[in-house]
Amino acid sequence: MAWTRDQMAERAARELRDGFYVNLGIGIPTLVSNYIPKGMNVQLQSENGMLGMGPFPYEGEEDADLINAGKQTVTELPTTSFFSSADSFAMIRGGHINLSILGAMQVAENGDLANWMIPGKMVKGMGGAMDLVAGVKRVVVVMEHTAKGKPKLLKKCTLPLTGTKVVDLVITDLGVFEIDKAGSGGMTLVELADGATLEEIAENTEAAYSVASGL
Amino acid sequence: MVNKVYPDATAALDGLLKDGMTLMSGGFGLCGIPEALIDAVATSGVKDLTVISNNAGVDGIGLGVMLETRQIKKMVSSYVGENQLFAQQFLDGLLTVEFTPQGTLAERIRAGGAGIPAFFTKTGVGTTVAEGKELREFDGAEYVMERGLFADVAIVHAWKGDTEGNLIYRKTARNFNPMMATAAEVTVAEVEHLVEPGELDPDQIMTPGIFVDRIIHFPTASKHIEQRTTRPRQ
Repeated sequence: MAWTRDQMAERAARELRDGFYVNLGIGIPTLVSNYIPKGMNVQLQSENGMLGMGPFPYEGEEDADLINAGKQTVTELPTTSFFSSADSFAMIRGGHINLSILGAMQVAENGDLANWMIPGKMVKGMGGAMDLVAGVKRVVVVMEHTAKGKPKLLKKCTLPLTGTKVVDLVITDLGVFEIDKAGSGGMTLVELADGATLEEIAENTEAAYSVASGL
Repeated sequence: MVNKVYPDATAALDGLLKDGMTLMSGGFGLCGIPEALIDAVATSGVKDLTVISNNAGVDGIGLGVMLETRQIKKMVSSYVGENQLFAQQFLDGLLTVEFTPQGTLAERIRAGGAGIPAFFTKTGVGTTVAEGKELREFDGAEYVMERGLFADVAIVHAWKGDTEGNLIYRKTARNFNPMMATAAEVTVAEVEHLVEPGELDPDQIMTPGIFVDRIIHFPTASKHIEQRTTRPRQ
């Protein structure tokens, strides 16, 4: 037993605070928008040039000029604003976005993140990921604990990096880890997913981590 | 009197295209791309292009067309994951790519257009993006120097424009278009609605006409949607 993709998104939504401006990455992070608590005012930023992102449109109301960073059709809200890519990344790089939730291929125990390239295989590009991890105050990674049975939480990333010492929190299907990216506190397991055990996490984690008291 | 208005995309690009040139092309994905101008560049047969564009279109649409015809030698982009042919040509060594973080790309273009040759940013420090580039410490943090970008020709798409070249973009079709309009020797714009001076509210103009050299009326943009996502009606 472990958390489903939706349960991981639901857990990530607990990192939201009233008044936050938030950028959600593609994949599981996008699902976080389904779990924003009622009554909490959170504005979603889409790095292609939109703040205040609404839900998908009703069929027949799609607008080719109104998409999110995943190129999906979306809608406006009363709070929406549109802007250029330069303004969008001024928000991101200037430290105006409170929280970035994104996926990862690998995370190292010091907070290094790799999520944009597999040499010789995957040629896609980093998009806005390097800007987000360099500029956003708090960076939360949501990912499967392993890939094809291999750990993704490592002592050191083996793939090309997206950023160094940038990740604050990692949510996997097995648990939640805090990373002291600025200091020397390393990585700490702070929560277990429903049905996950300490043994299971130990078997599937290469990174060194301590276990919070009470687990 | 200078007339910026040209009858069509081919006429608007006449005399501007040369092998080996650098071209900036607006848009994010297929949103806000200058469709008519891209097709005219492809049809012209100009080759060995360096193309600065956030994405490379998809197979058969937008810049994807110029990949099929092998007119592009190098791309400066942040994300090309929607294009199979791009991946193939890159892995086969037929195409080089300067992967540039999206915010760094936007800022390099903005800087180029504003006469700023270089700037420092945190983005990419400690990654392959920073390799070979100058690093400098400011206020205790490390930054990497990135260069401004300036092209021979920029092609952009806007929603409305007047005959003076003043432009207004629509929703997320704005993206890279306003910066690119400022960052080339010659900027050519296609607009869905072309109006006379005085018909646009000066307070709403996003790109002042000084940045636009040539303009065409293109009311029939096909505006492809890459990911058509909807929700059920309640």
